[in-house]
Amino acid sequence: MINKVTDSIAQALQGLTDDMTIMVGGFGTAGIPNELLDGLVQVISDSSISGLTIVNNNAGNGETGLAGLLKTGRVRKVICSFPRQADSHVFDALYRAGKVELELVPQGNLSERIRAAGAGIGGFFTPTGYGTALAKHADGSAKETREINGRMHVLEFPIHADLALIKAEKGDRWGNLTYRKSARNFGPVMAAAAKRTVASVHEVVALGALDPESVVTPGIYVSHVVAVPRQATQGAGFKKVA
Amino acid sequence: MTYTPRTKDQIAARVAQDMPDGAYVNLGIGMPTLVANHLPQGLEIILHSENGILGMGPAPDKAHEDFDLINAGKQPVTLLPGGSYFHHNDSFAMMRGGHLDICVLGAFQVSERGDLANWHTGEANAIPAVGGAMDLAVGAKQTWVMMDLLTKQGQSKVVRACTYPLTGLACVKRIYTDLATLEVTEHGLQLVDLVAGLSHADLEALVGLTIQA
Repeated sequence: MINKVTDSIAQALQGLTDDMTIMVGGFGTAGIPNELLDGLVQVISDSSISGLTIVNNNAGNGETGLAGLLKTGRVRKVICSFPRQADSHVFDALYRAGKVELELVPQGNLSERIRAAGAGIGGFFTPTGYGTALAKHADGSAKETREINGRMHVLEFPIHADLALIKAEKGDRWGNLTYRKSARNFGPVMAAAAKRTVASVHEVVALGALDPESVVTPGIYVSHVVAVPRQATQGAGFKKVA
Repeated sequence: MTYTPRTKDQIAARVAQDMPDGAYVNLGIGMPTLVANHLPQGLEIILHSENGILGMGPAPDKAHEDFDLINAGKQPVTLLPGGSYFHHNDSFAMMRGGHLDICVLGAFQVSERGDLANWHTGEANAIPAVGGAMDLAVGAKQTWVMMDLLTKQGQSKVVRACTYPLTGLACVKRIYTDLATLEVTEHGLQLVDLVAGLSHADLEALVGLTIQA
């Protein structure tokens, strides 16, 4: 019998090692798996695990969640599209002190590189970023380019992960997931790109209770489903308009 | 020359006036979000948000704010009847695959051949952030820019060649500013309109480039 419903977050996060790449869902604060991140911070703090690479659209805000993970000092590199937010001071300080590396990726390239990993694609050519500073490797050398149908494209490679932490709405014991509104964002894409995917849900339902037409992430992409209490998502990361 | 620059809301209204019925539109963060307040009555213009929304509606009142339903600027929005949610890869397929009719972006600089610089000032201490700007700039059917024509120091932001880091090459079709609206054509900049009191010659003097009448 398949039962991906896991009692505790700690159980779902067993066996982490140095230098892992960890994807974290969410855009702004919608879809951020805060409980899983808190659990990860606990596991990391209780161990000597270090050298982590984090993949997220942003680079954390406030003091907890992704920012809390950065504060452990165990994150070597962040791959994201938009680190700068009104309250991203934890990342900002680490970055300015040279304590965390940043790979800045146009958001569509980030999403497509994650998708490519999940879909078994070795690389893809895209016009996004051509002729810009982001069409370069970390060492400053130019990424490979090619003219396709009269338009210049840049070669981009997949981003694979050892672990993905995502936030869903409902899940069943096979790992099928639904999401809520724009909290869906990177969840389904990251779920497919990681060797192990842990999804938090606000409701575990019986097998067959999810409408098959409405399942967004089929269970094949999910390793663990952990129930967490429902809590309204809080706003953050933007400048308040007076 | 005596003229009054358009306010941000007046530029937004000017942009909105050019949107055709049925257009799928992405409004970038910052000044372009104001365009949503000026969409022509009676037309159906469908707003896309990069975080997975088509048919985005206005901000809710305080009591109905739901931070699982936010725009690209992370602020709460609503969904119109007929709207839909989808994941990031679908959203960026819409942006990158040429499905959006128009995107409206803010800018630091636009060159006379339509190069766009809007993501990074290039300052040493600045933390770079790009988001979906590069995807929109080259992926939408038309990229429109909305900005003040001059910097606070009075320098034109429409330039011969961008000095700020580029977002995309030759991607801007129209430039809506507080003083004039310009079209980027194969033959250079073309004047669309001017604020009252500003002459074509005055505008060329401010910009320092040839602008076809």
